[in-house]
Amino acid sequence: MTRRYSALSLFKEGLAGQTGWRPAWRSPEPKPTYDAIVIGGGGHGLATAYYLAKNHGIARVAVLEKGWIGGGNTGRNTTVVRSNYYYPESVELYGLAHRLYEGLSKDLNYNVMLSQRGMVNLCHSTAEMEIGARTVNAMQINGINAELFSPEDVRRVAPIYNFSADARFPVFGGIWQSRAGTARHDAVAWGYARAASRLGVDIIQNCEITDFIIEGGRCRGVQTTRGAIRADRIGMAVAGHSSVLAAKAGFRLPINSYALQACVSEPVKPILDTVVLSPGCGVYVSQSDKGEIVIGGGLDRIPSYAQRGNLPTLETVIAGLLEMFPIFGQLKLMRQWAGIVDVVPDSSPIIGESPLPNLFLNCGWGTGGFKAIPAGGTLLANLLATGKHNDISRPFDLDRFASGRLIDEAAGSGIAH
Amino acid sequence: MQLFPCPFCGPRDETEFHYGGDAGNARPDGTQVPIDRWANYLYLRTNPKGTTREIWVHMTCGEFFVMDRDTVTHKVLSSAALGGERAA
Repeated sequence: MTRRYSALSLFKEGLAGQTGWRPAWRSPEPKPTYDAIVIGGGGHGLATAYYLAKNHGIARVAVLEKGWIGGGNTGRNTTVVRSNYYYPESVELYGLAHRLYEGLSKDLNYNVMLSQRGMVNLCHSTAEMEIGARTVNAMQINGINAELFSPEDVRRVAPIYNFSADARFPVFGGIWQSRAGTARHDAVAWGYARAASRLGVDIIQNCEITDFIIEGGRCRGVQTTRGAIRADRIGMAVAGHSSVLAAKAGFRLPINSYALQACVSEPVKPILDTVVLSPGCGVYVSQSDKGEIVIGGGLDRIPSYAQRGNLPTLETVIAGLLEMFPIFGQLKLMRQWAGIVDVVPDSSPIIGESPLPNLFLNCGWGTGGFKAIPAGGTLLANLLATGKHNDISRPFDLDRFASGRLIDEAAGSGIAH
Repeated sequence: MQLFPCPFCGPRDETEFHYGGDAGNARPDGTQVPIDRWANYLYLRTNPKGTTREIWVHMTCGEFFVMDRDTVTHKVLSSAALGGERAA
């Protein structure tokens, strides 16, 4: 079994020639039955399994992943962690995730490299400043610290921004969240996998769901490429592929799947030590710990399951980047990719029991799932363990689309989606 | 840049088009429509992985049309002018 990571274990391994390290998680053969099955080995699925074992003492759990863990959107995002949302329900949800992120490295005994470098959402006009002030007020009333930045403040945190007199999107100020930042995306997946595995969770990769086992109108397990696996509580956290599994289970979801692209430059010396988002340019940027400039933008506007992205959107994003930071015109792009995101009409997630009893949903995070991983895992674990919502997950149930109680966070992403 | 076939203008850049929803998603009619049917019409989507039949609008000419397309390969299978498709 994997030992605890510490300065002492590092020192001992140094003396022993680094021969004692073990794989970070076990890869057992699937058992025929479990207490709970989690479909999807991304951040949300792995976190669900971890919190099932840790918070609820349910460790006979399998995480079933059709590819390799963290290979979907968990490995394809721009690693930003923030909680600058507008509505009280969203603040509770993303605030929970943000707080858990702050203690995650210690909790998991795995360095997720959370870097709370702050994030500024720029305002490019007097009208946007008024909306900015309204957002800051809403955040403060809901208990999340935020500041309204002046142009001088923005210049202090992002001096390389295009402050020239002829800038297409001049800076009037911004919304600043000092606790926002970035985390190492792979480490979040691997850290949850390792911690869950230590508590007894089976992580099973290369195991695709081919069908659900439905008996007496309830979900009793799954058929997979590695055989039938049964459990009376099944959670799914499969992001852009939620509709595909829903079709197998016999229902539809209020989701459209789109490609969301991102790209990174070659690594350069430290030049940007915060996260900058420009709604006008439709781009957000940070610099990774390795020095790469990490660039994200809006959705491809064509419903898609192709994990590659279309060129016109990439061109728009790069044009916006150069408007924000003309100095980046010298950069060479190193990689570009896309993840398939599950976009919901009100841009809020769906957490709750599906129309097929015993099958629970954690989906609809759209363009912002990474920042919510600890909360998504906590809430889906609570649903699987108790069969009931808690106060945080209740507003995000699928029933809001019939009742009309939508939580419209279309502006929450800061980019037109 | 992908080219989409507008039934009226021929092949044009993808950026000239806008997605308009599932084809055949007819608006419920009458005064006694159950709430679930409204939710079904307004929000629920088939969202298939593979071939799909969708309404698109070519924004430069303003015409709506039906396009059969593959959501994985992005290959366009056919496009046709709307002929009572919405009521189907």
